[in-house]
Amino acid sequence: MLTKRIIPCLDIKDGRTVKGINFENIRDAGDPVELGALYASQGADELVFLDITATNERRKTLAELVTNIARHVNIPFTVGGGISSVEDVYVLLQSGADKISVNTSAFKDPALVDRLAREFGSQCIVLAIDTRFEDGDWYVYLNGGRVKTDVKAFDWAKEAVGRGAGEILLTSMNNDGTKKGFALDITGQLAQHLNVPVIASGGAGTMEHFTDVFENAQADAALAASIFHYKEIEIPALKTFLYNKGVNVRF
Amino acid sequence: MKTVIIKYNAGNIRSVQFALERLGVNGTVTDDHEEIMSADKVIFPGVGEASTAMQYLKERKLDAVIAGLKQPVLGICLGMQLLCKYSEENDTKCLGVFDVDVKRFQSPVENLLKIPQIGWNNITGLHSVVFEHVPENSYMYFVHSYYAALGADTVAITNYVINYSAALQKDNFYAVQFHPEKSAVAGARIIENFLNL
Repeated sequence: MLTKRIIPCLDIKDGRTVKGINFENIRDAGDPVELGALYASQGADELVFLDITATNERRKTLAELVTNIARHVNIPFTVGGGISSVEDVYVLLQSGADKISVNTSAFKDPALVDRLAREFGSQCIVLAIDTRFEDGDWYVYLNGGRVKTDVKAFDWAKEAVGRGAGEILLTSMNNDGTKKGFALDITGQLAQHLNVPVIASGGAGTMEHFTDVFENAQADAALAASIFHYKEIEIPALKTFLYNKGVNVRF
Repeated sequence: MKTVIIKYNAGNIRSVQFALERLGVNGTVTDDHEEIMSADKVIFPGVGEASTAMQYLKERKLDAVIAGLKQPVLGICLGMQLLCKYSEENDTKCLGVFDVDVKRFQSPVENLLKIPQIGWNNITGLHSVVFEHVPENSYMYFVHSYYAALGADTVAITNYVINYSAALQKDNFYAVQFHPEKSAVAGARIIENFLNL
């Protein structure tokens, strides 16, 4: 039976992980390769690396980093952040990434999703959506949540799946950072009405939050960052907890 | 020992090469007939679309080379599907090493089955030397929309609404639908077992 996935997310700037992390069992917590390998050994099902570097040199640095990750990490990983062309994706996949994620660039040019899916296959194209609930609905936000649009998250997700997106990574801005749980309603709406996997993101604070998003919102995967980085929740304990709750997870 | 990875328009060659590297083995990526035929072990990787891949192999006459190999061959994902008889993916005649057809997943009810299957699923009914020290119900990483049906050559089974071949074996040909190169320790063990044949 296909399992629910637990996905730690690492923010990368200039080739280093951004959030302050304290791990005694690795030498350099700022090294994305070492941290990624640690999570893999602990039972993470996948990893997401989000590059937030803004400089012009970023492409080359990122490709080198991706090669290093692929060399040392024995589970699948997605790379996102500033990807806006077939060429960008080609370089990252050739470097060893399993999937890439697109966000603002795809919203501004939806045909990009068609081009990427045709060129590389839907299975490696993840559409990331940042969304906020206001005035009675969930709306798409761009540029890392700074720019509001008047398009509803569900409508954009549906369109993107039609164009060939193979997975949706949905981040609720209302929930992100609150540690009060995932946005169950919009996650559930997407997971139940789209025929691609939905990765829930934003709001994880307790192990029960993961049970909720898998059982009540039918999310296919759940992503979190700080609770893993600060060891508030450790992956082996989380997997055991979920297993005992009857959630199908991989050990 | 010389291990080659067949070079063609497939997506996961780099990952396979790195997986070998983690086991201390150097994998040569090549489409040279002589080099492939003289290798001790041949890995036939694959992420992509069946008809395009077959076309590519035919243009370089790699189809006959692969089907005629006598040393241990490991097909992965699309590599496994291409070793079958026929694929529904764009109505493609494949290499015919395994007497099995490749079909597309069908959702019994709309949206019940997400296609492609992406993620970790368990493998059962393991009976091949490549699964030595791999426990029943081990989880492997799958990404695919098409599957090989069950048949006489099935050596591992996975369920995604229906039971299908997670692995096939016939003579010197071994093939897995999942990605051992991305399946953590259990996947590495399968590659290692293959290299030790």
